[in-house]
Amino acid sequence: MKVSVSVNGGQVDADVADRTLLVHFLRDVVGLTATNVGCDTSSCGACTVLLDGKSVKSCTVLAGQADGCEITTAEGLSADHGEMHEVQRAFREEHALQCGFCTPGMVMATVSLLAENPTPTEDEVRSALEGNLCRCTGYHNIVRAVLAAANERRTS
Amino acid sequence: MIPAPFTYKRAASIDEALELVAADGDEAKFLAGGHSLLPLMKLRLAVPEVLIDIGRIGELSYIRDAGGHIAVGALTSHDELSRSGLLAQELPLLAHAASQIGDPQVRHRGTIGGSLAHADPAADLPAVVLALGATLVVRGPAGSREIPAGEFFQDLFETALQPGELLTEIRIPKPEADGWSFQKFAKRGIDWAIVGVAVQGGRVALVNMGPTPLRASAVESALAAGSAPHEAAAHAAENTSPPDDLNGPRAYREHLARVLVRRALEESRTRA
Amino acid sequence: MSILGTRVVRTEDPRLLTAGGTYVDDLRVPELAQASRVTFVRSPIAHALITGIDVSAARAAPGVVAVLTAADLDDLPPPPEDSGLTGTEGAPLPLGGPWGEPLFAVDRVRFVGEPVAMVITDDRYQGEDAAELVNVDYEPLPAVVGFDAALAGASLLFPSAGSNVAVNGAKEADAATFEGCDVVVEHTIENQRLAPVPMEGRAAAAHWAAGKLTVWASTQNAQIARFILAGALGLDPGSIRVVAPDVGGGFGAKIGVDRDALLVAWAAKHTGVTVKWSETRSENLLAMTHGRAQRQVIKIGGSRDGRILAYRLEIVQDTGAYPRMGGFLPFLTSLMAVGPYDIGKVEAGYRVVVTNTAPISAYRGAGRPEATAAIERAVDLFATEIGMDAADVRRINLVPPEKFPFASPCGAVYDTGAYAEALDKVLAGAGYQELRAEQARRREGGDVLQLGIGVASYVEITAADAAGGETARLDVHGDGTATVYTGSSAHGQGHHTAWAMLVQAELGIDMSKVTVVHGDTDLIPTGVGTYASRSLQLGGVAVQKAAVDVKEQARRVAADMLEASESDLELDIERGAWQVRGDPEASRTWGQVAEHAGEEGLTASVNYTEGQPTFPFGTHLALVEVDTETGKARLLRHVTVDDAGTVLSPLLAEGQRHGGIAQGVAQALLEEMVYDPSGNPVTGTLVDYAIITAAELPSFELLRSETPATINPLGAKGIGEAGTIGATPALQNAVIDAVSHLGVRHIDMPVTPARVWAAMSEARDGQ
Repeated sequence: MKVSVSVNGGQVDADVADRTLLVHFLRDVVGLTATNVGCDTSSCGACTVLLDGKSVKSCTVLAGQADGCEITTAEGLSADHGEMHEVQRAFREEHALQCGFCTPGMVMATVSLLAENPTPTEDEVRSALEGNLCRCTGYHNIVRAVLAAANERRTS
Repeated sequence: MIPAPFTYKRAASIDEALELVAADGDEAKFLAGGHSLLPLMKLRLAVPEVLIDIGRIGELSYIRDAGGHIAVGALTSHDELSRSGLLAQELPLLAHAASQIGDPQVRHRGTIGGSLAHADPAADLPAVVLALGATLVVRGPAGSREIPAGEFFQDLFETALQPGELLTEIRIPKPEADGWSFQKFAKRGIDWAIVGVAVQGGRVALVNMGPTPLRASAVESALAAGSAPHEAAAHAAENTSPPDDLNGPRAYREHLARVLVRRALEESRTRA
Repeated sequence: MSILGTRVVRTEDPRLLTAGGTYVDDLRVPELAQASRVTFVRSPIAHALITGIDVSAARAAPGVVAVLTAADLDDLPPPPEDSGLTGTEGAPLPLGGPWGEPLFAVDRVRFVGEPVAMVITDDRYQGEDAAELVNVDYEPLPAVVGFDAALAGASLLFPSAGSNVAVNGAKEADAATFEGCDVVVEHTIENQRLAPVPMEGRAAAAHWAAGKLTVWASTQNAQIARFILAGALGLDPGSIRVVAPDVGGGFGAKIGVDRDALLVAWAAKHTGVTVKWSETRSENLLAMTHGRAQRQVIKIGGSRDGRILAYRLEIVQDTGAYPRMGGFLPFLTSLMAVGPYDIGKVEAGYRVVVTNTAPISAYRGAGRPEATAAIERAVDLFATEIGMDAADVRRINLVPPEKFPFASPCGAVYDTGAYAEALDKVLAGAGYQELRAEQARRREGGDVLQLGIGVASYVEITAADAAGGETARLDVHGDGTATVYTGSSAHGQGHHTAWAMLVQAELGIDMSKVTVVHGDTDLIPTGVGTYASRSLQLGGVAVQKAAVDVKEQARRVAADMLEASESDLELDIERGAWQVRGDPEASRTWGQVAEHAGEEGLTASVNYTEGQPTFPFGTHLALVEVDTETGKARLLRHVTVDDAGTVLSPLLAEGQRHGGIAQGVAQALLEEMVYDPSGNPVTGTLVDYAIITAAELPSFELLRSETPATINPLGAKGIGEAGTIGATPALQNAVIDAVSHLGVRHIDMPVTPARVWAAMSEARDGQ
């Protein structure tokens, strides 16, 4: 089937097998490998991207379902000259990543959270990230990073 | 991890959806948000040959005040349900229960129609619509019909939907009694309920206490007869057949049902 | 002021955040451009004879390049002679002889998930389709699941071995041990089987060309991987290159390369086809090695004043279908059995049994969490028996400061420690008295929500294989930049940042000019890699020594350039410049010195082997709230001291503690890898295998304590596994404590709501 998807602001037209998962479309067809596959039961969130501005697990979306939609991946967050998005900066500042595998999905989930709830409490942050599993950080610094990013946005 | 091969078709309207499913019959399944169906397909526990994507049928996503009832389009996402001001006002049980499903990513995609049609007794919305006395509107080749929630859920993953039919709308009467509560007991926030309870006024429905969502009729009768919450709740496990699994033996779920029904009734009273 | 000990953000992060890491499946190197995809066919049955394999349908499927089975393994060296290992040697080596593990299963499968065949296809989608078409005939055999079934031996996994007991390191009980104890408590407890669940599963890619094998592997040890590959494939190590790209977590389960990765490498050589493989999560839960799985009989004795006089720990270790680690894990458990306590008489012994389940190997802590969980349960049981506060009992028995270095009765020599101080610091930080008062108030009031306070004190062994050492090479270049080649192999630990900090601290070359390279055997032929919490105290020390060596070389060169004597030269760390003392004008930059240093430039290579194991220690306190109507426990606060000596990077150290705590809490509350009696995995996906999420954890309260190691110039011990070791028993003890007033004495992990409720019901019925 033919799909036409806007990915990080650029149009991508491709002919893919009907059963192609969006995550594989992004990784293998578009060549953006930051988005990772961490499970096969839609549990881990490593594959989280924004679809028309909302966080989704791209392993549980068919490429066909994203036809005509806008996808934003972690690679699309940085400015053109490579400067980090405020959420990425906060993750670095707070040591919110170790092996980095869950990180792109975690960052996209955070971007989505802050778009929907710009001033979350710690509890709200923890609930909002329950669909993003991390095995390295214990989440402590991830929560700090999200709150820091929210704070930076609020005060800027 | 990868679904078996299938043919993807897209319907732009309800009529087109019905035409497509009539053509492919048994081999076709509707695809809405995909968060019940695609996980099964990825593990190859479901292998439909045709998927009819109805996710773009805009006319199926709405929440409307229709006077005596609220009309919810089948493709309304859990996220939309949880954020709806109208639901917060008229059907807070539904709005709240939707906010507890899975995680934000799941709620952005999953739909009420998809969840109800999938009929997993461990899901939250089937019990909620049961407690709300909803009517499910179904469109088929022969036209429209209305199915009370109590007749819709027939067995494990089985509903009253006939082949070729599409669930289009959920009609929920505005409750007479204001009191409501939703008690979802799980190990983690993202887990399905080990046991759940939905209460609206004098109606009590149970999550994961049988192959379908169940009305706790003995509890409701006791309440109607004037029993206090803890007395009525003692009947919570009657006529249920909860699973025996990793999360606990049958007796544990029966105990949880009694505890959660009591808590739900007590909380509901504070809102009445 | 030295940069060491200060808060420095990671150099690894900008790339990981903006472009994402490059894990095996992301590789875009030219050799892998046309790589085919490997998909394994795995046994769906736990124990069976293979009576036939029909690959004809698979071979004909779309996109299939090859289908391989045991019948194709005709180009391997003969298996090594039986090493004669008994498994009690305390070495992490597989048992040979009758216990040997094949690559593809040959005539018998022994666990669900065991590789039986492989399809190689153009793409991964075709791979899943084709794998389904491989037809294997199985004749089921009775499955052995659980300790009792294994010991009973009615069904044997290895008939020629005559038993399912693969290793016997049992110690006969000595009646005299508990003589003189007024109080003796005995209990059988379980340290349950866990799945490591790194977020990136196992993955490998392999390319065979012109007699050279290149393997990219998600590994913690490129050099060990090469050694294993050479032996398994019959190749000279010099003809193998192993590259570890970014690795998405390992936790001990990615040490070297395992059977499945060996098959991938072999397939490339055998077929000449370049291949890539990355497992699905389901495969990962089935076939990546599991951790823990010990049944423990604990016996503790002492006097009513709180003194513990004797302790016995009897272990049965379930090693899964193949004894890949001999008796190494329970050996470590026995070595650390006595924990941080000064107990006169200790007996510890173990047996290892095989079962029709996934093989067991290292998982964060590897044998030591099991030791700590056992004795911490025992101490709590003892405290309850004598009616004394659990923290007070610990304080009475902790090894006092004046006894260090402390030769424990188990054979370890603890180097430095301040155990009681750690305990008291945590109690003070938690507000222990106030917590006990609140607990008492709630008990008095019969509250539904009860508080539980769990304490765990621990000591653990890091760099247990210090004798293996670690390597570092440091080059300073003519442009003033430097490159570190390290034998360590970070998979999230931030070594690039830490080693750059060391170079800056020693030489004044700014971190931004230091590149760290790891995980490529072409560039770093000798090295050990990262496990056993060894990297800072061995690899970091090696980097520092290389820097010191380079500094001395530079001094000579700079002296020559400045026509001064070496003793008049000093290195201005702040400016990163060599100068004549008292004459700042007479100075040379690192770049200038490196240029002048001649052909070789400034370079030093170190193989640091003078290390010894070190013993970090600490105390964890968990505060839980248990809903006594449902049995559900919620962690409210978690307060710790984890003392691993001098802290080089507070950011990195805290991160390791956080991650360890989360995994430790998860073991206590949520995780268990379960098999049914037929050997079918029940928790085969992340829906059922419940790893912990952000919503179930609070923010942690980490307290500072640094009791330096004396064995290395950094004063460093290892921090990587300590959090896991301390957190698990603190949680378990806390949940039991919450309902101990109802008569509950013990609940096995995970302390799920159903188990808590069952324990309460049992205690109530027993009264």
